[in-house]
Amino acid sequence: MNQTPALARVFAYLSLLTVGGGMAAFPELKILTVEVHKWLTFPQLIHLYSVGQMAPGPNMMMIVSIGEWAGGFLGALVTVIAFFGPTALLAFVVARIWKRLEKWQWRTSVQQGLAPVSIGLLLAGCFTMAKGAVTGLETAAIAVSALLILLQYKINPALLVLGGAIVGILSFTSK
Amino acid sequence: MNDTASPLPQVADTTPPRIAVSIRDLFLEFLIIGATSFGGVVPYLRAALVGKRHWIDDKEFVEMLSISQSLPGLNATNMAILVGEKLRGVKGSIAAILGICLPGGVIMYLVGMFYRQHGDHAWTTAALKGVAAAAVGLILSTVVQLSKKSLAGRLDFIFMGLTVLAVNRLHQSVPRTLIAVGIVSILFHRPARVEKGSVAQ
Repeated sequence: MNQTPALARVFAYLSLLTVGGGMAAFPELKILTVEVHKWLTFPQLIHLYSVGQMAPGPNMMMIVSIGEWAGGFLGALVTVIAFFGPTALLAFVVARIWKRLEKWQWRTSVQQGLAPVSIGLLLAGCFTMAKGAVTGLETAAIAVSALLILLQYKINPALLVLGGAIVGILSFTSK
Repeated sequence: MNDTASPLPQVADTTPPRIAVSIRDLFLEFLIIGATSFGGVVPYLRAALVGKRHWIDDKEFVEMLSISQSLPGLNATNMAILVGEKLRGVKGSIAAILGICLPGGVIMYLVGMFYRQHGDHAWTTAALKGVAAAAVGLILSTVVQLSKKSLAGRLDFIFMGLTVLAVNRLHQSVPRTLIAVGIVSILFHRPARVEKGSVAQ
């Protein structure tokens, strides 16, 4: 069955939810790709997202993998265009009218007002993901260590995620 | 932030006169950023655009970043659009966003194919378990850092908590939550009432 129209619809919609970062859309991403369209399983989604954190460039590029699974090369292409197109267009329009918006009194209100909501969405996305990723004492320990290390030291997050892979191999293969 | 349309002249503008940036250079620079920005694009963007190329100055960079952050969309792609637009208009925006997306897109295309075939290997599963847990820690650290930077009063934390509650506990959709809590929060941060005729600060 051709999934391309559904991919376009789903990712164009998700695009507009990425206020404050890609993770804000994660709860909806899970519902739509896992539960509604069944393009992949929840563990697969978590794995792709996490591996995506090690890739360079925009940090939601894992959507390409979902598009490819559901609809091959065309699916991947459509997914990228649908996911980045709408917000790109919006950013372009805002860039053009920014000089006028600068004098708009509500601009700061919108910026300050959206800040707690977008951080809340990020945290909500994080909890959604944690339900699948933090499943026991070992994974909880890895997550907490990563958090503390990142808050304490200036270390490249991609390296830390890679470190998680090594710790994972060391602690989970012996079973 | 009260950087709105200051009439004061810039202090000693020493930036050299702008040379037109070619579409090819724009694409290539963003391609390099797209291929090398491991662990978050913002520092790489700044080093390349402000430091190496001098295409924009630091003040412009910070302003563009603040626009990027308050719009839907990822920082990386919004910055590409804003910088591309500033330097070369529509074509510049397209060149920049293509450049920054291409390397990561190709990598994740290949990773997706590999994972589909080998995702159930014992080693891969073990590694991914660790990677996913570390990624949760990474997102949490972003939450902490952003909260320190942009949450001001107690009410901001309440709005944040309400958002989490609505999505995770009450199972409200993200757009519904965004609109409901967003409107209340924006109204709370509404501009101070200014009497007609008086001069705004």
